[in-house]
Amino acid sequence: MTRTPAPQESGQATRTGEAVIRSEFTLTDHTGKRVTEAAFLGRWQLAFFGFTHCPDVCPTTLAYMARVLDMLGDTAERVAALFITVDPGRDTPEALAEYVSAFHPGLVGLTGSEADIAAAANAFRVFYERMEQDSAPDGYVMAHSGYIYLMTPDGQFETGFREGDQPPEEMARKIRDAMERYGE
Amino acid sequence: MRTALLIAAVLAMSPLAAMAEDAVRIIDPWARATILVSRPGVAYLTMESARDDQLLAVESPAADRVMIHAIENSDDVSRMVNLDALDLPAGERVALAPGGTHLMLMGLKKRLTEGGRFPLTLQFERVGAITVSVPVLGVGAGGPAEDTQ
Ligand SMILES: [Cu+2]
Repeated sequence: MTRTPAPQESGQATRTGEAVIRSEFTLTDHTGKRVTEAAFLGRWQLAFFGFTHCPDVCPTTLAYMARVLDMLGDTAERVAALFITVDPGRDTPEALAEYVSAFHPGLVGLTGSEADIAAAANAFRVFYERMEQDSAPDGYVMAHSGYIYLMTPDGQFETGFREGDQPPEEMARKIRDAMERYGE
Repeated sequence: MRTALLIAAVLAMSPLAAMAEDAVRIIDPWARATILVSRPGVAYLTMESARDDQLLAVESPAADRVMIHAIENSDDVSRMVNLDALDLPAGERVALAPGGTHLMLMGLKKRLTEGGRFPLTLQFERVGAITVSVPVLGVGAGGPAEDTQ
């Protein structure tokens, strides 16, 4: 797995010649349908990688993403909010369906084989790793990147957000700003 | 003479039981509702101790096991690490909050549902055990203050 520096605001990572972060994947959504990034092209994407056994960072971030979507109002229709699991062994489409719907009806859960997830994480330049922990359910937890990636309608990296860095109103405003800059 | 005065002063202050409670204050405990039965739960609170103390262990009838976890962030990756104990320096507020140190509830007896409550017993090195009643807030809750908005 490639380790990359944290994405910078205003898409610097795509301009400075570092590895290009892009939305590219073949995964199974929470309804059981195989999908690729093509299913979401034409819409902005908010992508977050995590796992449903995560008690702290993932629920906090997904609840935050849900608030951002609510604050975008009608504009939220132009945004695909994706929760991509880094724990495909346990996060089946059924588990994801129950999980994402608890946060927001618009959230899409994505899973796949280990290889599918590794390829998706590699395209997004997201780092994750399995950590053995005797006390954890099934004996392990997943460490994962905490960034929410904003991708343009053509699947290119625009910017990264972290939950604690700004209130949801501000993130919603930044998304609108990005849409305006993009010329929509 | 001095010792006698000191004892008198201490006795005048409060009964011993109340003193033990006063030595560590537990502020705003809360837990997040869990979505799936088989997933671990999480609880947060703030502690303030009059003297240096340490949180050594936590238990609850709601879970098989409660662990003190910290989140380590390096290179933008969050890792949960298990703490054997948590230091409570005298007079300092130690906050357990989303995205940071938390109490992880493993092996929940049942789902934590919004509006419910469960007891949590915190074992401190110096003041001993303190039990608090923890309210369960929504899956998207950020804390008790936010909840009342
Ligand atoms: Cu934890």
